[in-house]
Amino acid sequence: MHEMGIVLHLAKTLDETAAEHNLSAIGKVVLQVGAVSGIMTDLFTDAWDYFKLRHPILKDSTLVLETIPALTWCNSCNQTYETVKYGKTCPHCGSGETWLIQGNECVIKEIEAE
Amino acid sequence: MKTIQLNATVTASNQRDADKLREEMRRSGTLLINIMSGPGSGKTSLLSRLIQDMRDIKISVMEADIASDVDAKRIETLGAKSIQVHTSGMCHMDAGMTTAAWDSLDAQNSDLVFLENVGNLICPAEYDTGAGKKIMLLSVPEGDDKPLKYPLMFRESDALVITKTDTADYFHFDYSKCEERVRAIHPEIKIFSVSAKTGEGMDILENWLRNSLMEWRQSGRKGV
Repeated sequence: MHEMGIVLHLAKTLDETAAEHNLSAIGKVVLQVGAVSGIMTDLFTDAWDYFKLRHPILKDSTLVLETIPALTWCNSCNQTYETVKYGKTCPHCGSGETWLIQGNECVIKEIEAE
Repeated sequence: MKTIQLNATVTASNQRDADKLREEMRRSGTLLINIMSGPGSGKTSLLSRLIQDMRDIKISVMEADIASDVDAKRIETLGAKSIQVHTSGMCHMDAGMTTAAWDSLDAQNSDLVFLENVGNLICPAEYDTGAGKKIMLLSVPEGDDKPLKYPLMFRESDALVITKTDTADYFHFDYSKCEERVRAIHPEIKIFSVSAKTGEGMDILENWLRNSLMEWRQSGRKGV
């Protein structure tokens, strides 16, 4: 359900881009998805495949998903660590004063179109 | 075929719609409050109580559900304006849907507009609806471990309202443990404990809502 909502937002942004650049067909969409963005890539691809057939400008498009790894910054010892492996607690010093610095993105990197 | 570099966040258009709605509301002096929680945590009961207690404040409600209009009917019997929004199967409200509801609710004369989001502790946290404040509910029967399971919701909310405190005798809900878990995620969050049934704690929450409305209007006057 959530993935479908994101597909709708993605399509809206692509429609705006198409209008801006006078595009008639979009061939490839490269999307960068953070490892802890909450987006299930399999479900997302399914939702995209369902939706694109009903949206003429995207009919023949392919979706390429690139994963951005999740990294957390520790404010106590000034080091980064892998979020997925260690969560909120810093593995270097045990501090909980940590902030996600990347990994929750959902960014359209580029499109190929005509 | 040509390649166009975009580097645009997928939800960028939603963010724009949300900011636009928020500015419109700031100008009109109406505070939109996004109420989020899991299903059955008492959103509609809390709203019913607030409408009955705060008769001096004009309250409207947007009821977002996947289907049915039972919540909107409950609210209307109390004399508040309400509008039922169906999200067409979607698990959250976004700014576009909220703007459409705002336009059709004709709520421009309201002081407070509550957006009763879809019952879901996950997706609504990720979408800016244009609200000026975000409140989440956690009911005593749901348990004190929810901050561990749904951290984003607790991080995104301005206030946590622990509801159904009248059932505390029947459930093992550890308030201090819950608070500790919430503060680890979001140190500045406001926490209230209420029972919409007995009225316990409602006055403190209502005072906070009144102050929030006042601050919202002051920020609008300053043109912030």
